[in-house]
Amino acid sequence: MIRLTDVTKQYPSNAGIRTILKGINLVVHPGERVGILGRNGAGKSTLIRVISGAEPPTSGTVERTMGVSWPLAFTGGFHGRLTGLDNLRFICRIYGVDFHDRVAFVEDFTELGSYLREPVMTYSSGMRARLAFAISMTIDFDCYLVDEVMAVGDETFRERCRYELFEKRADKTMIIVSHSRGYLEQTCNRFLLFRDGRIEEFEKFEDAYYTYKRMLMASQESEPSEELVD
Amino acid sequence: MHSDAPALGGGRPSPLASARIQGRVLWALLLREILTRYGRKNIGFLWLFVEPMMFTLAVTALWTATRSVHGSDLPIVAFALTGYSSILLWRNMPGRCIGALESNRSLLFHRQVLITDVYFARLMLEFLATSTSFVVLALIFYGAEWLLPPEDAMEVLGGWLLLAWFGAGLALTLGGLSEKVEVVAKLWPPTSYLIFPLSGTAFIADALPEKGRELVLYLPMLNCVEIIREGWFGTKMTAHYSVDYVVVFNLILTFVGLALVRQVGKQADQE
Repeated sequence: MIRLTDVTKQYPSNAGIRTILKGINLVVHPGERVGILGRNGAGKSTLIRVISGAEPPTSGTVERTMGVSWPLAFTGGFHGRLTGLDNLRFICRIYGVDFHDRVAFVEDFTELGSYLREPVMTYSSGMRARLAFAISMTIDFDCYLVDEVMAVGDETFRERCRYELFEKRADKTMIIVSHSRGYLEQTCNRFLLFRDGRIEEFEKFEDAYYTYKRMLMASQESEPSEELVD
Repeated sequence: MHSDAPALGGGRPSPLASARIQGRVLWALLLREILTRYGRKNIGFLWLFVEPMMFTLAVTALWTATRSVHGSDLPIVAFALTGYSSILLWRNMPGRCIGALESNRSLLFHRQVLITDVYFARLMLEFLATSTSFVVLALIFYGAEWLLPPEDAMEVLGGWLLLAWFGAGLALTLGGLSEKVEVVAKLWPPTSYLIFPLSGTAFIADALPEKGRELVLYLPMLNCVEIIREGWFGTKMTAHYSVDYVVVFNLILTFVGLALVRQVGKQADQE
C-alpha cells in the first residue's frame, strides 16, 4: 500500500516560494491502476517523484509498504560516457540484483546489439528510450510509477512496452501520469485529475476527462495551449 | 521479493539494512566514477593513481634538477614527495566536489541514492588515488635509493589522515556552497593557486621569520604537512604545528560542509 497524508511540496524560486503540491491525500492499494491526468508543468512529475521517495515532501508523510519503482520515464538516468551495459550494471548494483541474469533480456528487448558496448551519448533518442525502458523492467517492483510513458518511439516500440508493462505485469500496481487520453482510459481503473496542486478523484474516466478538457478550454481563453491537440 | 526488500520500497529499513544499502550505493558510485573518468581504454582505472604520480614525479624531477631552495638541507626527493602529494590531497578533493550535482542529478531518481553519497564516493576515490600515488612513489624512490624511509611512519600516517579530513571538510563546504553560489566554482582554482605557495609544499615553517610563520600556520594544511615531514625526517628538522588547532578547524569545517551538502538538490524542481 502507498499512503500519502497531507503532502505538500514547495520549492524556492526566483519569484519566491512556489507551492507545487497543496495537501495531497491518496491511498493506493495493491493491484490498483491509478491514472492521473494533468496538464504539462502542473506538477505531475513532482507528485510522482515524491511518491517514489526520490524527493521528500515539504510537509506531510508518504508511507510505502510495497516495493515502489523509480519514476519510469524515457529520458535521463544515464551517464553519457558510460556504455549501455555499464549503465545497466550500475542500476543492478544499487538495487542489489545480479547483473548477468539481466543482460539477455536487455539485449533482446533493446535490439541494440553491439551498441550496448558503446557510450550512451552516441545513441539516438529512440535507442536511449529502448535502453531506459529495458533497464527499468529488469528490477522487480510491486508498484510501477510511470511518467508520460508512451510519448516516444514508434508504434512497434510502444506496443512492446505496453505488452511488457501492462500484460506481463498485469498483477502489479501502477500509478500513471499523463496528459493523453489513450493509455489512461485503456489501462487504469482509478482516475484522478491533478490541478492547482490538488487531486480530485472521478468514478468514470469520461468525467475526469471532460473536466480536464473544460479546464484546458478555460485556460485557453486567456492563453493558447498546444495541449488541446491530443 | 528478496531479503533486502526495503531497498526497493517498503517502510523505513533497520539501521543494519540501511548501512548495507548505503554500502552498496557507495560501491556502485565508486565504480561508476572510475569508469566515467578513466574508461576502459589503455591502462583504464590505473590512471586513478598514475595521474597524481605523474604530477609528483614531474615536480620532484624539476626541483631536483634546479636544486630549489627550500630553506633547509633536507633531502630534496623526500621533500618534494611529501610536499606535492599533500597538495594533491587537499586541492583535488574540492575540485571533484564542486558542481558534482549537475552530472549526478539523474541518479537521485533512485531513492536509495542520496546526494551526500555522491560526495562521499568522490572523496573516497580521491583519497584512495592520492594515497596510492604517495605510497607507490615512496616505494619506487626507496627502491632506487633516492630517499630514506620515514623515521616515524605512524606520525606520517596521522598527518596524512588529518590532511585528508581537512580536504574532505573543505570539499563538502565548497561543493555545497557551489550549488548555492555559482561563482565559487570559478573562484576556487585561482584561490587554491594562491594558497598553494603558502601551504608548505615548497618550504618548511622553521625557515620563516617568526612573525610570518605565526601567520601562515593559520593554514591547516601547512600544519598537516609539518606533521607529515616531522614523521618523515624526525630529528633532521624542527616542525611547527598544532594538532588541536587542525582538529577544531576540521570539526567546524565538516559540520558546515555536511549542513551545506544536505541542502543540495533541494531547490531542483526539474531534472
